[in-house]
Amino acid sequence: MSATAMPEPSGHFPSPLRGGVRGGAEGTAEFNPAPPPPPAPPRKGEESDVGASGYNFAYLDEGTKRMIRRAILKGIAVPGYQVPFASREMPMPYGWGTGGVQVTAAILGRSDVLKVIDQGADDTTNAVSIRRFFAKTSGVATTTRTTEATVIQTRHRIPETPLTEGQTLVYQVPIPEPLRYLEPRETETRQLHALAEYGAMHVKLYEDISRHGHIATTYAYPVEVAGRYVMDPSPTPKFDNPKMDDCPALQLFGAGRERRIYAVPPYTRVRSLDFEDHPFRVQEFTHPCALCGAEGVYLDEVLLDDAGKRMFVCSDTDHCEGRRADGHVGTGDAI
Amino acid sequence: MYVAVKGGEAAIDNAHQLLAEARRGDPSVPELSVAQIREQMALLVDRVMIEGSLYDPDLAALALKQARGDVVEAVFLVRAYRTTLPRFGASVPLETGAMTVARRVSATFKDLPGGQVLGPTFDYTHRLIDFTLAAEGATAPAAEAEPHADAATCPRVTDLLAQDGLIEASPPDEGAPVGDLTREPVDYPADRALRLQALARGDEGFVLGLGYSTQRGYGRTHPFVGEIRVGEVAVEFVPEELGFAVPLGRVRLTECQMVNQFKGTGAAPPQFTRGYGLSFGQSERKAMAMALVDRALRAEELGEPVTSPAQDQEFVLAHCDSLQATGFVEHLKLPHYVDFQAELELVRRLRTEFERKSDSVEMQEAAE
Repeated sequence: MSATAMPEPSGHFPSPLRGGVRGGAEGTAEFNPAPPPPPAPPRKGEESDVGASGYNFAYLDEGTKRMIRRAILKGIAVPGYQVPFASREMPMPYGWGTGGVQVTAAILGRSDVLKVIDQGADDTTNAVSIRRFFAKTSGVATTTRTTEATVIQTRHRIPETPLTEGQTLVYQVPIPEPLRYLEPRETETRQLHALAEYGAMHVKLYEDISRHGHIATTYAYPVEVAGRYVMDPSPTPKFDNPKMDDCPALQLFGAGRERRIYAVPPYTRVRSLDFEDHPFRVQEFTHPCALCGAEGVYLDEVLLDDAGKRMFVCSDTDHCEGRRADGHVGTGDAI
Repeated sequence: MYVAVKGGEAAIDNAHQLLAEARRGDPSVPELSVAQIREQMALLVDRVMIEGSLYDPDLAALALKQARGDVVEAVFLVRAYRTTLPRFGASVPLETGAMTVARRVSATFKDLPGGQVLGPTFDYTHRLIDFTLAAEGATAPAAEAEPHADAATCPRVTDLLAQDGLIEASPPDEGAPVGDLTREPVDYPADRALRLQALARGDEGFVLGLGYSTQRGYGRTHPFVGEIRVGEVAVEFVPEELGFAVPLGRVRLTECQMVNQFKGTGAAPPQFTRGYGLSFGQSERKAMAMALVDRALRAEELGEPVTSPAQDQEFVLAHCDSLQATGFVEHLKLPHYVDFQAELELVRRLRTEFERKSDSVEMQEAAE
């Protein structure tokens, strides 16, 4: 509750800062006046202060960041387990990556270099918008180069360039529960996870095979993490699933609307669910990228005219640009 | 030749400029002031406050102006702002029995202490467009109220019923800390306080539809409006360093006490049960719908079969929030071409296999 029915003259509105209390631990006191928790260990020289934008570093107050970091740590300790967290209402809509944004805000330090991609590209509107948000609220360096980034926030893709130790990949997740479309009730699915009862998922995949001859799941393809929890890899195409396995980078998943965080620590086994006689397979493209000639990468299909002319180009724009800078040339042909 | 699309930044900036222009509309028409919205679109302001979970009429009016009158967008602005506010504690429970009522009606008793007070209501207006309102500048004569003999004492109808034990007792305040669903993730099953929080923030249209569904047999509760009251209530707070309550100000509220039939069980005698609705400002539709759904959600507690959407707390709580709903529905307009490409590939492969199969069937038939 803020101001009550006080007839404050119109035109007077408190600044978003409310006296600058947001940065301090006092400013985030919740209902129970417990002593403030010990400060989280500073990450790469980060200090709690108010940035040039008038907001705390990376927007969220330090108390909220601490709460999110706890959820992240728990997620790392129990790979693939969905940790409930008190997701905040962010200044962008649910569905636009509020979970990923909160995770990134909680882990970002001053020396980090941030890359944001959507559909593999740095220049899609929502990637631009999120990158600007952090540039404005944290002032950290941003990049489009996968190799230069320390934190990469993504929607729907994993970069083609292999990730390395010390990098963190933050996924935006719409529906964190892999069993949700088989069982809509949270009370039920939590129990199924507790009992590692994943029979329904295998039956679903089996039914696909009996009906279509293939597993008809092409994205958000379920994986088993560290031999225990079945996890939704977010709606990345299954093409990207093998990149999650034994990955040197830390992978964090944030679902804002559904209020869940989960994680895959570096070098963790991530296995896509399959059957002995129907092994997991990724998409294959018959053409190389028309711009850089890359094969074995994920491609976007671009329509060029209304007569069915189209072109296949790299979905990962940084990968494509890097290859072209190195002298690789595609045919440039439409198909 | 195709060149990878660039220019997201410029496109966003231009879109924002266009939005600002569209928001202002025709510049030859005078601009709305926030005070005009607050005073003349008061019920809209109330809705933004209740669904935004923040009592601040000026801020809600400004949000409506910024949002071009889009309620959900205005709620969004208020909520995102609310997130940044520090919490310094919970107020003393409001004493709605001490409300300065502007309106108070009971559908269960013809007359009662405090009387029936119609107040400012659309209830008995004839919905004929008043073209005289199109002529600006006219001021309506000030309304004057008759002094009311017992206006000072306006006890709640449910308290009067409770004296005879005809209605279940209000659960006692055990001083337990107040949950806050904006600060902790909801853990199902959620207690009644959290459910009421969710319903109060819930989208008016959604809660209204659910409440309506209970009246049409999907989790029927046999409701009567025990009472609806609208008016101002003092908000008090006990600062730790003082140890006694100090007034913070007054808020305008609408409270609805629904009285519902209950046949009793082997252990409990037949008595009426309660459904409760509370909202900021004057929002009777919301408070009534909320009270209907609150009672429906108590089905399990009262040993009634849970068969309908309005009785199912996971269904109601997970879907009543307009921001969550609009976010997930509207995010479909974000690019999905990576996933769509994956689906395209699958459909093309399945179609090729389908054609191959039907070709071989045809060949087989021709050979026979």
